[in-house]
Amino acid sequence: MKAGSNLEKALEDGKFAVTAEIGPPQSANPEPLVHHAKMLKGYAEAFNLTDNQTAVVRLSSIAAAAIVMREGVEPVIQMTCRDRNRIALQSDLLGASAIGVRNVLCLTGDHQTFGNEKSAKSVFDFDSISELYTFDKLRTEGLQSGGEKITDPPKVYLGCAENPFATPYEFRGMRMAKKVNAGADFVQTQAIFDMDMFEIWMDDVRSRGLDKKTHILAGVIPMKTAGAARYMKNKVPGMIVPNSIIDRMKKVSDPKEEGIRLCLEQIETLKNMKGVHGVHIMAVMWEEIVPRIVETAGLLQRPMYK
Amino acid sequence: MIVAKRKPLDEIAEMIAPYEKVAIIGCRSCVAICLAGGEKEVKMLVSAMKLKNRKDGREQSLDGFVLERQCEKEWVKEVEEKILDSDIVLSMSCSLGTQTIGDMYPHRIVVPGLNTAIFGVPEEQGLWSEKCLGCGDCIIDTTGGICPIARCAKSMLNGPCGGSSDGHCEVNLDIECAWYAIHERLKLQNRLELMEYVRPPKNWSTSHSGGRRIIVREDAKLTPHQKRGQEVLE
Repeated sequence: MKAGSNLEKALEDGKFAVTAEIGPPQSANPEPLVHHAKMLKGYAEAFNLTDNQTAVVRLSSIAAAAIVMREGVEPVIQMTCRDRNRIALQSDLLGASAIGVRNVLCLTGDHQTFGNEKSAKSVFDFDSISELYTFDKLRTEGLQSGGEKITDPPKVYLGCAENPFATPYEFRGMRMAKKVNAGADFVQTQAIFDMDMFEIWMDDVRSRGLDKKTHILAGVIPMKTAGAARYMKNKVPGMIVPNSIIDRMKKVSDPKEEGIRLCLEQIETLKNMKGVHGVHIMAVMWEEIVPRIVETAGLLQRPMYK
Repeated sequence: MIVAKRKPLDEIAEMIAPYEKVAIIGCRSCVAICLAGGEKEVKMLVSAMKLKNRKDGREQSLDGFVLERQCEKEWVKEVEEKILDSDIVLSMSCSLGTQTIGDMYPHRIVVPGLNTAIFGVPEEQGLWSEKCLGCGDCIIDTTGGICPIARCAKSMLNGPCGGSSDGHCEVNLDIECAWYAIHERLKLQNRLELMEYVRPPKNWSTSHSGGRRIIVREDAKLTPHQKRGQEVLE
């Protein structure tokens, strides 16, 4: 065991794992985090705490992790390279590990022009791959990026994201191989709407033997409206939403129910796909739906390790 | 070349408003080629300022002229009299020229007429694109001759981020994704294996992150003997 987290134990035991997301609030109020932690506890191995997602200033992911851990919920902290250089990234990793965070997701991060601080100076000292490479060296060899050897290295299970739907498509399998070589123990994918395209990517991933070297958690997003589907298709870079899905959401009288049904169908397909080791449910602004999805998908009977 | 853009007329007018005698100095180098601070642009600014002053009822003497290269002291020296005779210098060169005059005549107020923007390439008439950030450690031998530091919004070193769609950058869909371009170039050259290599963290100490940079070429410096000779000539 590298870190001994629930997530690591479930994945290394070969269980079909579930992760979901909790978005920290745009305020100093811990209550929304406590509320979501209480509501979601037991419905996933671990929960991602996003790091100022879409470059909007929010309560920090490490502080949010400390808050949900008090409620007995296991966090995956997201750490982007947008706002911190290698000094701050390594420092935060040491700090996060010291307070008991065991899962870390390495991300390059959304560019600040998407958020509410467009005048910010960007950092990007690292990209997600050099971040993984550095964190892996730090945890396994106790070696900092600058070459200094430390005692008591961080105990963390390292993850990354991958988007099979961004161009150039033929590079996406290779990019994941780079991340696995750099130290990624698990991968959470971008939300899947085009299952055929995801299959093509998985073929590439399997042919490279990556499903044996890392654990793939397939991303899903339950949608409430056809408008949400259209928005993701048109406005979210690197996201592919087939028209058939938008039409399906448009035709029905209860799009919320249809969104849940669609998500459950996707999970069913993913459960049976070779090399997929779990799902990552991103119920953005709809966290309360996660328990129902997990239960109906038959994923509630999962071993809890703590 | 260095690409700059003229500041808005109102901003320029505000900077020079309190002064009577204004020397407006252009430059025949980069900023002339990028149509920001050459002979023509200086003339145009002088006319525009004159019109504006007439409208605003302001008396101001505006003397516009152009140097060969404003970032070199020898050329600046040639117009020393005009500089010393003015109340303020409005420099229409890149910030290097502006600062050269300021450093040579510290008692003079020297203000910028241009916003210095990029190390850019003229792609077509009226279009310049950024292609270098001067990081001090060129790696484009391994990226198909395309610089990801300057041409990727996130200066990524290991391939495109997850926001690249249809070969375009998520930050500006009118701009190509640098890593998409690198991938296509390397494919063309049969060198796709370079995409697979995990680049460790970049050493940024050769860039501005390492502090202000000064380049010294001992072999190009004048010997004490040569320096004395030059002084005698002057």
